[in-house]
This record gives sequence, structure tokens and C-alpha cells, in this order.
Amino acid sequence: MNTPSPILSVADLAVEFDMRDGVARVIDDLSFDLMPGETLGIVGESGCGKSMTALSIMRLVPMPPGRIAGGEIRLDGENLVAASDVRIREIRGNEISMIFQEPMTSLNPVYTVGDQIAETVRLHEGLSKRDARDRAIEMLRAVAIPAPEARVEEYPHQLSGGMRQRVMIAMALTCRPRVLIADEPTTALDVTVQAQIFDLLRDLKEQTQTAIILITHDMGVIAEMAQRVVVMYAGRKVEDAPVDELLLNPKHPYSQGLIACVPHLQAVPTVERPPLMEIPGVVPSVSELGRGGCPFAPRCAQAMDRCRQQMPPPSTVAPGHQVACWLIDETRAA
Amino acid sequence: MTDQVEPSAPAAPKLEPDFVPEVEKPWLQTWRMFAKNRAALFGLVLLSVIVGMAVLGPTLYPADPYDIVWAPQSPPGTEGFILGTDYLGRDLLAGIIYGSRATLIVGAAAALITIVIGILVGALAGYYRGWVEELLMRITEFFQVLPPLLLAMVLVLLFSPTLVTISIAIGVVSWTATARLARAEFLRIRELEYVKGARSIGARNSRIIWLVILPNAAPPLIVSAAFAVGIAILFEAGLSFLELNDPNIMSWGYMIGSNRPYVLESWWAVTFPGIAIFLTVLAVSLIGDGLNDALNPRLRQR
Repeated sequence: MNTPSPILSVADLAVEFDMRDGVARVIDDLSFDLMPGETLGIVGESGCGKSMTALSIMRLVPMPPGRIAGGEIRLDGENLVAASDVRIREIRGNEISMIFQEPMTSLNPVYTVGDQIAETVRLHEGLSKRDARDRAIEMLRAVAIPAPEARVEEYPHQLSGGMRQRVMIAMALTCRPRVLIADEPTTALDVTVQAQIFDLLRDLKEQTQTAIILITHDMGVIAEMAQRVVVMYAGRKVEDAPVDELLLNPKHPYSQGLIACVPHLQAVPTVERPPLMEIPGVVPSVSELGRGGCPFAPRCAQAMDRCRQQMPPPSTVAPGHQVACWLIDETRAA
Repeated sequence: MTDQVEPSAPAAPKLEPDFVPEVEKPWLQTWRMFAKNRAALFGLVLLSVIVGMAVLGPTLYPADPYDIVWAPQSPPGTEGFILGTDYLGRDLLAGIIYGSRATLIVGAAAALITIVIGILVGALAGYYRGWVEELLMRITEFFQVLPPLLLAMVLVLLFSPTLVTISIAIGVVSWTATARLARAEFLRIRELEYVKGARSIGARNSRIIWLVILPNAAPPLIVSAAFAVGIAILFEAGLSFLELNDPNIMSWGYMIGSNRPYVLESWWAVTFPGIAIFLTVLAVSLIGDGLNDALNPRLRQR
């Protein structure tokens, strides 16, 4: 792409799951780059393979029944798909870390939050108990938790959802990873808390220059946080563009649908609003994937015969803007 | 495109006030729940008395339970023998006091063996799944279908009956239930988010099994350990009843077994050891029940 080399580069990634009736490709042909210090949004409905992408990068795909069937994931040139288990454990939490969706269940209930934050540094940097505790307090302060010296001794059930997600962020960032994967970090939180968490993530990113992969289904969140967006559908990338470009000029009917189905607040509430659009139908189940043709065709209002027979290849419509849709060819030909 | 009308808030809004709720350690909370349960407290007191008797009894009442001290089958109260004598004229109170040692030692040791084997098998099977689980669970099933008392008798007979062999025999025949319980807990917890989280910070398998999942699986396993003690005590009594006991150590089960033919002439010689066994198992079960309530997360929610 541009001159700087990507910190994380995913190329032709394929993930397969063994199902009762054969093999399902839940991720196919997925390629994207993450630049240093960039926030990349990955959007799509539930079941589009967003979380599976995150798990693949961490090499946490449950296997069996899953497996990374092909492609490469390069962290600064090092292929994670081929890395040894020992190496992967060194990378996890240290160079790439992850924040999960559910702050209520992603902290271990039997340890204090301080112990859990300290755990990461003790695993990777071999700090003493005391030093690790000091680091935990420092991290709690960094994620704006009040009275960190006291909170460090608390158990997860004593904290609110927003606080727990802050603790998760503290855990993920203690070792100053180069890549942070945030898998729907605020889906389970109140909207107000959600805004706080994003503010925090943005601040911390500025301080640490960590590149973030932000997985969400919320276009509003993308608009606020991301510089670039990858839209996924049924395990494939359908569109990849800078955020403004995607929001103002979405090319793929699926991207258009995702944007059109978000209600907007308006400055003057009485003004007539555009009707809220929905995308008819649902994401195909994994066993229906890989039948040939564009997987979105059954739900697409503009689907043509060609869409049902052939998979559209990604084509570049503007600098840094890729779309996989036959409509692009149509408009070009016209 | 954002959900907000106004430009994003200037500074991060203040969180909650700097108020920190009082920290209560989980074990303290468990104790509070346990102490609320009167039956469990009663069990704890009862067990303490029995343990005290086992530890201090021989010093306070120095009498050899195997010595013939008076006329056989003297009823309770005769000549200062509070519980009377058995068919050979041995002091029953001394027997009860010394017998508590065998009972408690075997009960605790056998329960420990049960729990250790059970957790080891269940944890590995539940965590690793696949062929490990397949193999370990087939072995578990093999042990499950063997008649436990018979197997224990064979084991004790093969190796001469001592406290060690009896404990091992009881442990070996009764670990299967714990293994199944541990496996079920591991199967459940391994899928939880914080286990994924532990993996995502680079923890290795052994760490996840013993330091992440096991502490979370502990409550039902602790309860099952308490019940395992009760079962082991009954087992020990049963084996001693059949004279498969350590001949150098007096045992309640042996007292009942050896006095059984004379039950019509001297009811007390079988009744008092029977009551002792009953009370001990009762105490352990009440404690187990109390732990069950105290450790149950659903009941613990305030």
C-alpha cells in the first residue's frame, strides 16, 4: 500500500471448521493490512467472521474443530500461522493483546483485579510480585480508575461493567503491545459508559502508539474511532476503505445497507427523517458458505444473474478503496 | 454519522466518586454464609469434639483398648467403666476413644486420595478433550462398574490390612464420582471468557488448568470432598466389621463386628460404636451441606 510497512498483515487467510456434514470455510480469502498507530475497524453483522478473524490473529481458533487452513498473518514480517506454540505464547499479551466483548465474564472471579493485571507482566517480563503490583496500580491509574491503590485489591464482582472493561484494557495494555484487538469492547455496556471507554482507548492509543483493530457492528463507533474500515460478510472482505470514503461513498450494497440501518440524531428533531432501512434476510449459516457466487446475492436488491454464479473479485475503485462486487464492473462499463 | 449531536464531550467525564466499597475476602464471605447455617455449625462443633477426643482422649483417659480390665459384658456404669465392657472384658470407652483415630485418619486420607485422583482425571479429561478424555473416561467407567466394597476387600486382602492400604483401597474404589464432577466443571469453565482471556495473555496449559480453572471449579469439589470423608468413614467401618482392619489399631467397625454375636446379651457393645460412627458421619455431612450452601454462588448473591 503506502510507504510505511504494515505492522500486521493478513494475507489470503482461510479458516475452516469441521462440521457434522463436511467442512465449513468460515473465513475465506481475507486480506488486510494494519499500519502502525492506525485504528482499523472491522464491521459486519453477527456471524460474519469478525471475531473469528480476531481469534485467528491470536491463534486462539478452537482446534479441533477449527483450523487455519491457509494464508499468512504477519506481525512485522513474522508469520504467526507458522509460529511455534512457545513463540505464540510470548506474543500473546505482549505484542498482540485482546479485549473481549463481555467485561462481566472476561475477568477471573477468584483473583483480585490487581493480581490479574500483574499476571500479564509477570508472565512476559518476569517482574517480582511487588514490582508487578506497582505496575498494576500504575495501569489502573492510566485507565482512569479512581483510588487505584485500593481498587487493586478488589475482586471483579465489586466493580461495575465499565470499570471491569477498564481493567480489561489495563490488562491488555500493560506490556505495551504493538497491536490491540478490541472485539466489540462496549457492546455490553451503557451508551454513556461506551463513550468513556472509547475516549479512553483513543487517549491511550495516542500515548502508546498501539495499533488497534476494532471489531464492531456499530457504524457510529467506526465513524468516531477508525481511520480505515474493512467490511466483512460471510467470512469475506467485501469492502475496504478509508473511513470517510466508506461512510460518504460506500460501494458495496452491504456496506450501504449497514450505513442506512443506523438511526441518526438530528439537530432539529422535527425535520422529516429518511426512513430507516433494513437489510432483508440473515447472514448465511456456516454450512451454506462456499457455494459459488457472491454470498450476499440472496439478500441484495441489485443482484444480477452473474452474482449468483461467480464470486466477485476485489477491485480498486479509488486509492485505498477496494470493493468486491460485480456492480462496480457494471458502472464502469456504463 | 455519529450518534451524538454535539461535538464529542471535551474531557472524559468523572467516573464514580472516589468511593471504594469495603473489600470482603471471599473466604470470609463463605464463612459468614456457613455460620448462618445452624445445622452446619452444629456439625462443625460435633466434629471438633470428635477430633478433640481423637487427639487428647488417650492422654486424658490412658487405657489400652485391648486390655481385659473387667468381667466380660459388664453393662455401662459398672465399676467406673462408663460404657461397660465387651465380650472379652475390654473397656468400651477406651475402644471408642482409640477407634476415633483410625476412623478419622482413614476418613481423611481416603477422601484425600479420592479427591486427588478424581480431580486429576477429571481435570485432564475435561480440559484436553479428544482422546485424552476418551481414554480417561473409559477408565473411569471401568472403575464405576466394579462393585466398590468387593474391590476394596480384595485390595485390602491382597496387601495386608494397615491404615495405609485401607485408605488407598477406599480411595481407589470411590474416586469416580469426583472425576465426573471435576470433568463436568472443567468442561463448563474452559469455555468461559476469562479462560480465553488467560490464553490471550500467553498463559500455558498447566497454568490455565491449575491456577485458572481449578480455583473456579473448587466449590463443588470441596463439597464433594466433605461427603467423600463421610463415605470413607462408612467404608472403613464396613471393612473393619469384616475384620479387614489394622489389627494394631482399634476401630469402631471392628468393635461392632466382633461383638455382633453377643448383641442380645450386651447391646451396649455394638450400640456405642454404632452411635459414634453415626455421629461422625452426621457431623461431616452437615458440614458438607453447609459448605454447599456457603459456596454456591447463586445462594451467595446478596
